[in-house]
Amino acid sequence: MADAPALELRGITKRFGTLVANNAVDFELRRGEIHALLGENGAGKSTLMNVLYGLHQPDEGQILLDGQPVTIDSPRRAIGLGIGMVHQHFMLVPVMTVAENLVLGAEPRSGPLLDYKTATRRVRELSSEYGLAVDPDAKVEDIGVGTQQRVEILRALFRGAKVLVLDEPTAVLTAQEAQDLFKVLRTLTAAGTSVVFISHKLNEVLDIADRVTVLRRGEKVDTVSTEGATERSLAGLMVGRDVLLRVEKTEQKLGEPLLELEGVSAVDDRGLPAVNDVTLRVRAGEIVGLAGVDANGQSELIETIMGLRAPTAGTITAAGVDVTHAGPRETLNAGVSHIAEDRHRRGLVLEFDLAENLCLREYKTPAFSSRGFLSPSKMVARARTLLKEFDVRGGDPETRAGSLSGGNQQKVVIARELTADPKVIIAAQPTRGLDVGAIEFVHRRLVEERDAGKGVLLVSLELEEIRSLSDRVLVIYEGRIVAELPPESSEEDFGVYMTGGGRDERAA
Amino acid sequence: MSAPPDSELPPNITVASRMATFFRGGGILAPLITILVAFLAGGLVVLATGHNPIETYQAIFKGSGFNWFFPWLSEDDRIIAALNLQQTLILTTPLILTGLAVAFAFRCGLFNIGGQGQYILGSIFAVWVGSSFDGMPALLHVLVAMLAGVLAGAVWAGIAGLLKALAGTNEVISTIMLNWIAIWTGVWIFNLGSPLQNDNPDQVDVPVSNDIVEGAKLPVFWGDPQLQGLHIGIFIALAALVVFWVLLNRTTLGYEVRAVGFNPDAAEASGINVRRNYVMVMAICGAFAGLGGALDLLGWQFRIATNDIQTHTLAFFGIAVALLGRNTAIGTLLGALLFAGLLTGTSVRNLDPTVFEPQLATNLTYMIQGLVVLLISTDVLVVYLLRRRRRK
Repeated sequence: MADAPALELRGITKRFGTLVANNAVDFELRRGEIHALLGENGAGKSTLMNVLYGLHQPDEGQILLDGQPVTIDSPRRAIGLGIGMVHQHFMLVPVMTVAENLVLGAEPRSGPLLDYKTATRRVRELSSEYGLAVDPDAKVEDIGVGTQQRVEILRALFRGAKVLVLDEPTAVLTAQEAQDLFKVLRTLTAAGTSVVFISHKLNEVLDIADRVTVLRRGEKVDTVSTEGATERSLAGLMVGRDVLLRVEKTEQKLGEPLLELEGVSAVDDRGLPAVNDVTLRVRAGEIVGLAGVDANGQSELIETIMGLRAPTAGTITAAGVDVTHAGPRETLNAGVSHIAEDRHRRGLVLEFDLAENLCLREYKTPAFSSRGFLSPSKMVARARTLLKEFDVRGGDPETRAGSLSGGNQQKVVIARELTADPKVIIAAQPTRGLDVGAIEFVHRRLVEERDAGKGVLLVSLELEEIRSLSDRVLVIYEGRIVAELPPESSEEDFGVYMTGGGRDERAA
Repeated sequence: MSAPPDSELPPNITVASRMATFFRGGGILAPLITILVAFLAGGLVVLATGHNPIETYQAIFKGSGFNWFFPWLSEDDRIIAALNLQQTLILTTPLILTGLAVAFAFRCGLFNIGGQGQYILGSIFAVWVGSSFDGMPALLHVLVAMLAGVLAGAVWAGIAGLLKALAGTNEVISTIMLNWIAIWTGVWIFNLGSPLQNDNPDQVDVPVSNDIVEGAKLPVFWGDPQLQGLHIGIFIALAALVVFWVLLNRTTLGYEVRAVGFNPDAAEASGINVRRNYVMVMAICGAFAGLGGALDLLGWQFRIATNDIQTHTLAFFGIAVALLGRNTAIGTLLGALLFAGLLTGTSVRNLDPTVFEPQLATNLTYMIQGLVVLLISTDVLVVYLLRRRRRK
């Protein structure tokens, strides 16, 4: 059976109630291949892989490993069959060392105790075998995200994985870390391991995968070779129509400054400096991108602007109003809108219905209340208009926000923030977790606001997004603005500044 | 992604959103099952003491007076049932109000265990005002005494809200401590030689307050005023339920309260003053509980003795009432009726001692109350499991 594919899924159908998550999906993974699984959010990628990993039982269909039909009723069984899965959220114990984490569940013992020496030896063997450098004695809480992911991969290999499933592995990585990961994956496949690579990022898929299977609404659209495929062709398969990948922008018409930060500093929740002497200016009619690796002070900076965190130094002016010491309400009223980086935490009240969520900024205005009494009918009527205008699907004004999909939730946030007719828009990670269609929508709206003479501060971890939307880009590193670059600069140039390099030649 | 979207929970899960998730999942069925399980467990205990659980529950039901609603009741039975039902409804009144004191806090994500102290403060001020100012016009006197109780409860609970807003003090701890301060303040203030001890020469050595003057008493509209008939406080409690619903669902204040309860971070980001809400909500809770204390005093107790304060646990039932009633107006009413019926039905006066000793039966009521709280608390476990599953 040497020619049989490493893994074959035949006609997998999985239903949740009336929802068909997978409809007769076929999937074939050749030995030593990197096969990408591409699809919008909710296309059924994760369901398919959960079926493979024994977390769901398929209603119909068959799984074949090396040509042999198998039944996988639990993750334990999947591991036993040589299927390893690296989840988006790592399943490591932070206080334990790399070696301890690696052998967890299959510990080499001496008597009743863990044979730590054997464990570290096994880690060294494995990491040299696959070229995955890790320090077995380091504690997981002390190592970076990229290394943690490597530990996860090593753990799967340690358990004898021949088929490795990676669920959106680059979502948490920087560009450089992602490149490192790709190197590792190529080494692995050269050694005969087969890899399933789940993603909705087109450029990555083209970069790393040999073949791509595209899912749309639970059905397999096609399996194509990446050779000859383009981002455009893949996006078309994914969404089922032509997608504008590049944002079309008109000539810039710059106006007066709308958001000005002068020497702003702030501390994080532990009282440590998070924002250091930030000076920046956003003018009417421009999108200023703020690029940076996660946790370099972006969140604290946004909170400081929005009045959610008190600055320790500096001044903030929004639309001509000094909002340095203003609370959230005053800042919003000054004409600032805030698309929160975490819509579940700051953007929405998930237990509220859509009408209530859409009024979060304006429930106290005469339009929706009088003398302290709400007017639910007005709230619902307005919500109906907005849901239509912003093309929010899957709910009416009385639907709970929590039951919408991520993309539609984001549309609700954007609808609320843009209809407040702001002068300044702080867009933090506005497309996080969204699929291609929704991303296109968000990008188009932001550019429209720019063209209408608003000032937009775009904070994102996606360099690609920053580069394609921004008129100019600031790079933040450890709470400081370390560079201003034109968006056309190369990814490498950005990478250097984003990781703290090149500070001597720092731009003014 | 593939998980049903309803399992989606905010990252910063609050008490209120957790309960909302749980209640949505359980529908109307969950509280019914809770009651059923609690009664079954209670029945097993009755069985263990060598009595017949079905007969016991029947006797408790009879003792509660709810059989008054049965059209087939004989004339004589109906007279007794009416007396029993009056007692049940007298207890329903404070239970609704202490239930609301807990429910309103829950909707803002706060756990108010201080209903007891707020109730005591309300009753102290009501008895003080109600036993003074003899000769004041009756309606005015009642209103002023009630208002005193309401304000006292509001201020008392407001302290806990203020502590939370200014210093981040956990309201569970501060309200429990305020309970004890209220209890011992009450014990002291009516004690021998203390400011509010009665000035009746025949009762110099009795640690009890003055009596409420006739003009400040709430009128009795059903039954004999001499035999503790039903006073109009029940209508005030019912009105409080309406106020609660309107406040929560139809005012900007209620909108803020619910937003803060479900997601304080989002509320803050959209400009709602979260801290001010904590103080307001606690004060309103205290107002409900304080009103409960005032109505009891002005309606049927008419005086406070120090040992009443120490042994009084009615306000704690408010927690079970609110939990069982899912923090809604109608649920609180039903929960209050249930527990009032149980308390009355198992009281020494109402339970047929040949079926089950009332002393034991009262404990049965406490056990059922405890089980209700315990069973509803398991939602923590449910949500925890749900989240674990989602992470996989």
